[in-house]
Amino acid sequence: MLSITNLHVRVAGKEILKGLSLEVAAGEVHAIMGPNGAGKSTLGYVLAGREGYEVTAGSVVYQGEDLLALPPEQRAARGVFLAFQYPVEIPGVNNTYFLRAALNAQRRARGEAELDSMQFLKRVREKLRVLHISDELLHRAVNEGFSGGEKKRNEIFQMAVLEPQLAILDETDSGLDIDALKLVADGVNKLRDPARAFVVITHYQRLLDYIVPDRVHVLDQGRIVQSGDKDLALKLEDQGYAWIRERQLAGAA
Amino acid sequence: MNAFVRSQLDAATRPAQSAPGWLHELREAARLGAEATGLPGPRDEAWKYTQLKALQSLSPVVGDPDAGERAVALDGLLLDGVTGPRLVFLNGTFRPDLSRLAELPTGVDLRPLAAVLDREPERARVAFANGDDEHGVGLAQLNTALASDGVWLHIAPGTLVEQPIHLVFAGAETGSDLAWHLRHAITLGAGASATVVEQHVGLAESAQFGNIVESLRIGARASLRHVRLQQSPLAATLVSRSSARLDVDSVLESVALELGAGLSRRDVQVLLEGSGASLDARGATALRGRQHADSHYEVRHIARDTRCDVRWRGIADDRARAVFGGTIVVEVGADGSDARLSNKNLLLSPHAEIDTRPVLEIHADEVKAAHGATVGRLDDNALFYLRSRGVPEVQARTMLTYAFCADVLSGVEPESLRAQLGARLAAHLPQQSEVDA
Repeated sequence: MLSITNLHVRVAGKEILKGLSLEVAAGEVHAIMGPNGAGKSTLGYVLAGREGYEVTAGSVVYQGEDLLALPPEQRAARGVFLAFQYPVEIPGVNNTYFLRAALNAQRRARGEAELDSMQFLKRVREKLRVLHISDELLHRAVNEGFSGGEKKRNEIFQMAVLEPQLAILDETDSGLDIDALKLVADGVNKLRDPARAFVVITHYQRLLDYIVPDRVHVLDQGRIVQSGDKDLALKLEDQGYAWIRERQLAGAA
Repeated sequence: MNAFVRSQLDAATRPAQSAPGWLHELREAARLGAEATGLPGPRDEAWKYTQLKALQSLSPVVGDPDAGERAVALDGLLLDGVTGPRLVFLNGTFRPDLSRLAELPTGVDLRPLAAVLDREPERARVAFANGDDEHGVGLAQLNTALASDGVWLHIAPGTLVEQPIHLVFAGAETGSDLAWHLRHAITLGAGASATVVEQHVGLAESAQFGNIVESLRIGARASLRHVRLQQSPLAATLVSRSSARLDVDSVLESVALELGAGLSRRDVQVLLEGSGASLDARGATALRGRQHADSHYEVRHIARDTRCDVRWRGIADDRARAVFGGTIVVEVGADGSDARLSNKNLLLSPHAEIDTRPVLEIHADEVKAAHGATVGRLDDNALFYLRSRGVPEVQARTMLTYAFCADVLSGVEPESLRAQLGARLAAHLPQQSEVDA
């Protein structure tokens, strides 16, 4: 589904990703772990198409297409979703209105019929019920005045409504207490599907107790330096990132 | 700057000699005054950002002699659901056939001012009470000299008017440049309550110059909700000056959308004369092309425990220019007053211009006051967030632009009116045609 090869990315003149490669197949959950400043969020933004991220080398092929050639909205229409680490507050734009506009824009781009307000509301109510989220969220402006936990939950809710093919979760666990964390993980698990892939970016192993990954990758200094199964996350938790650095140094010597 | 004034005075037929003596004298004095003063120019501080130079190249006809019979299709231009009494002026001339004045609610006196001047001239004095002072004095004098009609709305004490009263100023093509001058007097007696919807529409392609002077009196405990939707044609220059006097515990809630006209200038002066008087003034201007809109508020807290909240949003795209001036003065003795002023602006093009000047003067004690003005651009983070969810860039920009200004409509009732104003505002927002594909 997603094939990243030797990706080099520069932000404000500084190289952040330095030859990152990653293969994600449909149905899989990949965890990307790494210390602060490793380039985790940069990876998420580059995949979603944020401006200001200059790809100097490498490629990203998504479902057989050059993902980097597409503007953000077309990536979304093809099923790419980024759950933001810091969801943006947008005063004056109603959550429901925004989500319906987004869903229908995606459907238009895919040549599907738009949902009328009844159909849309039915879908929204169903997702709210499954995710145990109050419908009070619908009446508010996008993320405005939301607590950290509410913002993250809203990201998961949007993901559930938009039903992406490839969901990238950028530190969705940061700042959450254990109950909120379980709720978010529960939301993701309900969406796991043989046709859908997840890239879960996280600093801590904690989230992976609840979203069990197929593969775990360690990102450090702009590259994947270690890959393994879910046990790698436990080892990292136990030994810290210094352990990876030491191994790298040993390997280089 | 006097050539235009002189040409207007020369072009106009002098209002009928049947005018009451006091008005005749007032007009003669105003005529001399206007000739001496001329139009406001670069020397006038209050007109620093708005030049009327373009008027000098015009010598428009004053009044449209055929306005009474001119065919005009107002359907589709007028707001729906404003089902109450209606007064329509076409090219500055009262049109009884387009108005709705039959079966006015008890206590509502809605007529053209000319009818009052004709039958009860003494009552009409209120319309000419305080137009000639301060800003844009030449324009107000010109209005006094030439205006012989306008809106007369008098609501008797204690009258609660349910249906919104619709005041319509429509422009239609005449084949030549045209000027008109109107004088309005709106009075609410003690304890009265009413909603007025003022709408400027038009289809004319020739230049039109409209000059309005309005006097509002709001009696003790009375409340007026005033909605203004200005969608004059691009060829129009519209200047208006409104002075409101608020008595004890009265309320003025004003909402204005300035979307039309090539050049518009609106001065709103509000005198909070009675203790407990309250003003909520909201509004937005959204401009594109080479439009220029200048909105000036001057609020004077004269009595104690008065409050005002002025909230204005400006949006300028292309080569448009949006100007806002907001002055709040808390006078000596107006203790315990609460004054708020906020002006936020959105600059959508590198060639557009925004000028804002909030001023707060406090001469009293125990006053709560806050004021602020900002000029910014659309938030890139918000734009990316919307696009990352699949909203195309053009739509995302429009969504954010609308969100920036739509809150000025939040208090408008009924909801159907609010929805229509929202739709008119949205339809006028910059098309974002210059967005990179």
